Amino acid sequence: MATGKFLWSFTKKFFTFGIVGLTISDRYASVIPVRGSSMSPTFNPRTNSSSSSLFSDDWVLVEKFCLTKYKFSHGDVVVFSSPYNHKEKLIKRITGLPSEWIATRNFDVVKIPNGHCWVEGDDPSLSMDSRSFGPVPLGLVLGRVTHVVWPPQRIAFSETAFFDWVAMLYIIEKHNRSFDTVKIL
Amino acid sequence: MGVRNNVTVFLNFAKEGFDKAVLVGKLFCCVHVVNTYFCSVVLAYGPSMLPTISTGSSLLLAERVSHRFNKVGPGDIVILRSPEVPRKVVTKRVIGLEGDRVTYVVDPNNSDKSDTVVVPKGHIWIEGDNIYNSYDSRNFGAVPFGLLQGKVFWRIWPPKDFGSLRRRAE
Repeated sequence: MATGKFLWSFTKKFFTFGIVGLTISDRYASVIPVRGSSMSPTFNPRTNSSSSSLFSDDWVLVEKFCLTKYKFSHGDVVVFSSPYNHKEKLIKRITGLPSEWIATRNFDVVKIPNGHCWVEGDDPSLSMDSRSFGPVPLGLVLGRVTHVVWPPQRIAFSETAFFDWVAMLYIIEKHNRSFDTVKIL
Repeated sequence: MGVRNNVTVFLNFAKEGFDKAVLVGKLFCCVHVVNTYFCSVVLAYGPSMLPTISTGSSLLLAERVSHRFNKVGPGDIVILRSPEVPRKVVTKRVIGLEGDRVTYVVDPNNSDKSDTVVVPKGHIWIEGDNIYNSYDSRNFGAVPFGLLQGKVFWRIWPPKDFGSLRRRAE
């Protein structure tokens, strides 16, 4: 009787946790691994590592709040399902937004249709992106990557804003030292 | 003594409020999961599916399971994210799957000229039932399968049309 009760409460907890987790990962944020080196300088920077295991890959935080408005800007890193295989998820950087003109590899200039975007990987030689399959509908976007959360030595913002901020702090610091002023916020 | 009493009352009150909030949160999560992974109610309006779904707004039930297992075939009414306006969800009928040859009338209002295309890999061809007033694959081409959100199978409003929608117009 006691084991039955314990099992029942365990399953109840398990399902509650699962449903709450699923809701959070669908609506707010989730954490996913990055496979492959198509975003090489930003994610998975080691190109020679042939052992792509769970531990050497970068894990990134994906926020889903952008899915209510579908407003993106240049430089956003997004997760989307591939237009040719919806089971496959890709991570690329948005380089073009609707009604812009984009020059492709073979010197064509294409206009991005309404509701589409142009995505490219950070490593052009290894990436399968809009240069091979054209503009991607924004409806396929599943979320926006904001942070690297694993491995710990690489925890950082994916945007360059963070590095700008660090550089600014450094400049302020140097300024303080040389002029001996402390009145900087 | 009185202060202590007040604190206990307040603590009980806070605990009860917290429990209620957790319950509401759990309920919200359940609604979300059922809505996203099993079945949801869709409001459809507009003239594009005209003989099947009337112009006024009607409530439909859409199941969210079969498109995850590739169980969508020609003739099914589906809901999908519009490729041009990603915030909008539209209701259309699947005409062809990947690799199918689709023949369609380019501009039914003005001419009988028809065109034939092969649907690319991972895409589907969708059209409204009312080809004279529908904005669909004839305008923007085949759409990626990933835009599918569900398959419509039941109509619940207006009440006189209550019933299954499967393969009615075939």
